[in-house]
Amino acid sequence: MDSRRGSRFVIDPKIRQVGFVPAGCESENPNASSAVAAIANVDVNPTSDSPSPVMIPPRLADPLPRAAPLPVPSPPPRKHTSVEIPLQGSYNPTDSVLGTSPPFSPASNGRYAGVPSSEGPDLSPSFVSRASSAMEGMSLREDHLGSPSASRFATVGEYAMFKQQQPQQPATAVTKVYASSLPQEPVQSFAPVGKEDSSKPLKERTTKAERRAKQEADREAKRIAKESAGAKVVEGEARASSNVVGKASRAQSQKKDSASEKRLSAVEKASEKEKKKEIPAPRMQFDDQSRVAKAKKRALIEQTETKHRVELFRHLPQFVYGAQLPSLEAKFFHDDAMHPHPAVYQVGLQYLTGDITGGNARCIAMLSAFKELIKDYCTPRERTLIRDLTARVNNNVSFLTTCRPLCISMGNAIRFLKTRIAKLQLTLSESDAKSLIIAEIDRFMQEKINYADNEITKLAVTKIKDGDVILTYGSSCVVETIILHAFSLGKKFRVVIVDSRPKLEGKGLLRRLLGRGISCTYSHINAVTYIIQEVNKVFLGASSILSNGTVYSRVGSASVAMVANAFHVPVMICCETYKFHERVQLDSICFNELGDPDALVKIPGRKGLSELEGWSQSSHLKLLNLMYDVMPADYVSMIITELGMVPPTSVPVILREYRKDPIL
Amino acid sequence: MMKAYHENRPSNWARLGGAVTSEWLAQAEAAVAEQTSLPSSGSSPFFSVIQEFNVWRSKPDLAEAVAAIKALTAAIQRSEATTMMGLEKDLKIASDALKAWDPTSISLSAGCDLFMCYVTRTSALEYEDIEVGKARLIERGEQIGDISLKARKTIAMLGQDFIRDGSTILTHGFSRVVLSILKLAAANKKHFSVVCTEGRPDSTGLQMAKEMVAIGVPITLIIDSAVAYTMESVDMLLVGADGVVESGGIINMIGTYQAAMVARSMNKPVYVAAESYKFARMYPLDQKAMFPSSRQVDFHYPLPSAVQVEFSSRDYTPPQYLTLLFTDLGVFTPSAVSDELIQLYL
Repeated sequence: MDSRRGSRFVIDPKIRQVGFVPAGCESENPNASSAVAAIANVDVNPTSDSPSPVMIPPRLADPLPRAAPLPVPSPPPRKHTSVEIPLQGSYNPTDSVLGTSPPFSPASNGRYAGVPSSEGPDLSPSFVSRASSAMEGMSLREDHLGSPSASRFATVGEYAMFKQQQPQQPATAVTKVYASSLPQEPVQSFAPVGKEDSSKPLKERTTKAERRAKQEADREAKRIAKESAGAKVVEGEARASSNVVGKASRAQSQKKDSASEKRLSAVEKASEKEKKKEIPAPRMQFDDQSRVAKAKKRALIEQTETKHRVELFRHLPQFVYGAQLPSLEAKFFHDDAMHPHPAVYQVGLQYLTGDITGGNARCIAMLSAFKELIKDYCTPRERTLIRDLTARVNNNVSFLTTCRPLCISMGNAIRFLKTRIAKLQLTLSESDAKSLIIAEIDRFMQEKINYADNEITKLAVTKIKDGDVILTYGSSCVVETIILHAFSLGKKFRVVIVDSRPKLEGKGLLRRLLGRGISCTYSHINAVTYIIQEVNKVFLGASSILSNGTVYSRVGSASVAMVANAFHVPVMICCETYKFHERVQLDSICFNELGDPDALVKIPGRKGLSELEGWSQSSHLKLLNLMYDVMPADYVSMIITELGMVPPTSVPVILREYRKDPIL
Repeated sequence: MMKAYHENRPSNWARLGGAVTSEWLAQAEAAVAEQTSLPSSGSSPFFSVIQEFNVWRSKPDLAEAVAAIKALTAAIQRSEATTMMGLEKDLKIASDALKAWDPTSISLSAGCDLFMCYVTRTSALEYEDIEVGKARLIERGEQIGDISLKARKTIAMLGQDFIRDGSTILTHGFSRVVLSILKLAAANKKHFSVVCTEGRPDSTGLQMAKEMVAIGVPITLIIDSAVAYTMESVDMLLVGADGVVESGGIINMIGTYQAAMVARSMNKPVYVAAESYKFARMYPLDQKAMFPSSRQVDFHYPLPSAVQVEFSSRDYTPPQYLTLLFTDLGVFTPSAVSDELIQLYL
């Protein structure tokens, strides 16, 4: 491990700026910009007298007078996150006629079968105020657009231009936001916030951009015979502007992208998104700059990467927690082709805030949201249902990914859904196809999750005898069901719950088991070597089981399994087969999820500041909050699946035998 | 009413993989009991099955599981059911009766399960004509019986390749499969010697010694405690199995675990010879997880009654101590057992 770390040298922070550089340090920017430009591999003219990085105006077909740039505003009032939300543009929210608005949040009424998750999002009051009327209402839409994220328009010049191009329609109340029958142009109105930028300095910089733009235009012209002139040019701007400040400008350009895309018709946007989304591999290495740039351009929501990322995990994405929210809400009412369905949006927010955790819960929530999506779906004209629906699903999935990276069970479920959609017969009518897919999703949830959990419970309780001491780690819904069922069968045993920071998921499990009258012991993971001596059996859940028998589960489970193995205590992993994956993983580093490092700073119940406050100021301190880890097959005694109890070496056999099955 | 059950069954099966669930079976049986009072047809297969079984078992060379399968085949012939569903039900009753006859025998229950599994799969094909279905099942039953009889020959062929000239083989207790391997190796003019444990409380090792003398192989008899002592001078440990479990471990006469552990620690290969019908869908976590099978131990000494005696006659050897399994389906590593089981049973 040490040698691995040692071989990567510390990169000079001045050259490689990962996080957003606030415009306050504008003096640094020319240095930064040229250096970054070199790194960013964008061939631009470094000597161009570009305005300050935050002020890149779009180059427009019809140059319009733009307002003078305003200084970068202070972060908008936002109660729930303590993280400074970086503003890319020079849009000052307080100057907007619309004023600031409380962030939007749909009511959470999610309850998922068999999942003991808590009710509703635990959000700050500003969120809750928007509860049920979220979907409708003109005031809401306006507020949305006035939200301080400024995500859509990098400069207010864009606003102005946009305003000019769009008819001055008042934001009418829309009863059903998500329908393909929405007007082609988004119905939004803004007071032009008077700002001007000169577009002239940009003219030299568009050479490459123009070429690129031409390519895009050709592609679009081929696909759809619609007017793409405005879009093409603006995209050109987007490309051009991505030179000055590395990631910041990429985000900016991506915002320009989104701005330009708004000018396109729904159909064009959808096709464009489709094209772009055909490219990427499912797991992106985030230390590859060019790919990150590509992904950012494609992304629906822009996010900012955290500063001070651990070198070893640079290939994994880590964004500032909560930074997605402003752009999320801003985009909510956008054209439906690209943007998430309200149900998916709701689920995404629940993931983001951590209200839904656990593989099964997240998967069920996602599939239920997709059912809603499909129910509300209408095939647009001149599109086939299969392709369009797949594209729609892809968009929604990428939205969910920005809220929280997908877990493997969700990935399998999505693959199933897309396979099902692809296999639809073309002769089916739309309503038939929709009901068929919905039935398939229901069946998947019923068979692969609910039925599987029942079977696993039945098998696992045969392994629990009177007098047993069972250890479990964290909170797995399957293990909880097993314990409750064994208790209801009258078996006499006790449970040891091992828990760990920062999530402390075991507390919820403890409360629920105690509520049923099961005698429990609660311990922290540092005491596991002590407590294991009184334990007979260990039951663990898993996020996924990989092809070589390694178990990918909550961070800390591998340690528990290792200790149990050392003390010759059998370790039983309870996992449904839909979570199995063909991948092979040898360590916890090459694929993982990075959680919010600030979660390590807060210690609940401790008054006063923790020692780690202000960790981001120190360049020597980096916080790492891993979500998953990998336990080798040697530590696992058996895996309990709905197909029976199998040794870990049989996982590829199950994958082989049952992936042929058309059900999967 | 039964018709309704029949109509519902196939669609359920296709979804859930075709297993006869005992809940369904219980419902079906309840339905039949309500409908008619048929004690005679319900119980006559019961009696005849056990009788059949005993008839077959009395043949010296026949393994228990094979006898069971032959008995079940006979039960099919005698069944008076008019539908595949009814036939299955009869068979289930017969199979349960056989298992109840000796609950400790793993190979017996494994053999019954294997046959029932095949029957279920065949019934799922919905033969319209009961006679055709019956004929097919009988044919298959006989096939399985034949395969099982031939199994030992296949295993002998595979196993004797591992015996080299000049090697010394340690074996524990008496196993007909191991005997067939050694006989075939001797017949192929290989020069090897055998060390055999006494195998208390059965003292079956004595029988093994007699057999070895009969085929002219040099044999040394040791007491069970001398396994570690002799391990350094032997080249391999070769044992049979009462049952092979899902993890790849084996259940065999008590003392096998200890011999395997010693062999592993001294880096001697441990080979197991077992027929495929002994593969059972069990997964024991520890020694106590199995159905207790006990055998009285004669200590030749008057013991006070307060002394507790452990007289379990079987133990479970976990897969990490085993090197290879010789079966009629081929030579397997322990992890391949689960692979085979999944294919056989699912």
